[in-house]
Amino acid sequence: MNCKKVILELTSYLDGVLDSSMRIDLEEHLAGCTDCRIVVDTTRKTIQIFCNSEAVPLPDDVRNRLHTALLDRFRRNSKTI
Amino acid sequence: MVPCQMSVTRSPQLTLGVQRFVSATEPKPLASTVVRDDEAQLVSAAKAGDVSAFEELVNRYERKIFRLGMNITQNREDAEDVMQDAFLKSYQNLDRFQGDSRFYTWLVRIAVNEALMKLRKRRPNQVSLDEPLTDGEDPIFREIEDWGPSPEKKFAQTELNEILTQVIGELDPIFRVVFLLRDVEGISTEETAQILGISVPAVKSRLLRARLKLRQRLNKHFRRSETQ
Repeated sequence: MNCKKVILELTSYLDGVLDSSMRIDLEEHLAGCTDCRIVVDTTRKTIQIFCNSEAVPLPDDVRNRLHTALLDRFRRNSKTI
Repeated sequence: MVPCQMSVTRSPQLTLGVQRFVSATEPKPLASTVVRDDEAQLVSAAKAGDVSAFEELVNRYERKIFRLGMNITQNREDAEDVMQDAFLKSYQNLDRFQGDSRFYTWLVRIAVNEALMKLRKRRPNQVSLDEPLTDGEDPIFREIEDWGPSPEKKFAQTELNEILTQVIGELDPIFRVVFLLRDVEGISTEETAQILGISVPAVKSRLLRARLKLRQRLNKHFRRSETQ
């Protein structure tokens, strides 16, 4: 496997859906290619950092307005039944 | 690697008649791959007119939909509109939901459409899911430098959040949305394709480019030479 093929298969590899023979080829390439290893590692870290980032808080006033709007919709619906 | 295996925290319950609000400190978001077993039952009950069942669905997903709206639009007012419209439209059109996908996937589809409409209004002719993928930028094999084991720990949480907000905001919406759905929300490739109305290979291709572009943009913050 060459470097270009590693990049093409990167998403499948990181998602764990690469078939086993391809995965073995890819990991053999990584063992001997520092550049590809860094790209794979830093791409994996990129995903992890976004996943582990703090949740966007739902502000109280935003939540309040959502539930007020829903309550209003529920009431209007019940009047039309 | 399974995307975004986050800790599971049950949302505080809220009854619309007696409004209680979440604290300013938010729990970690629900793992998006986790679907509680009773979702289909709640949807059936809501369809039959049980308002409290729909309330439970709102309580369950409101943070996730707001986060998605924020991440796509990068604007709090737009994110609020997206969240409200998504829940109001899903309630209004519940009878049309056939149950051939998860309710959450259907809700996300509505929210994504609303968010993309917001972006199109802001930047007409610039936001299309059908744009060609070639943008003249090759994110591959540029700036190859090791980051070390935990590069994010070099930054305070608020500073890290600013960096992440900035780099995701710089990503073209056609890549940003795919990354958010797949890697942050943990929605499957097939469901992402369904939500966006594009093919599975297109999702995979855009996800690859999104990941590489984000990696490249984070590189300047996280490379060892910057953080040591």
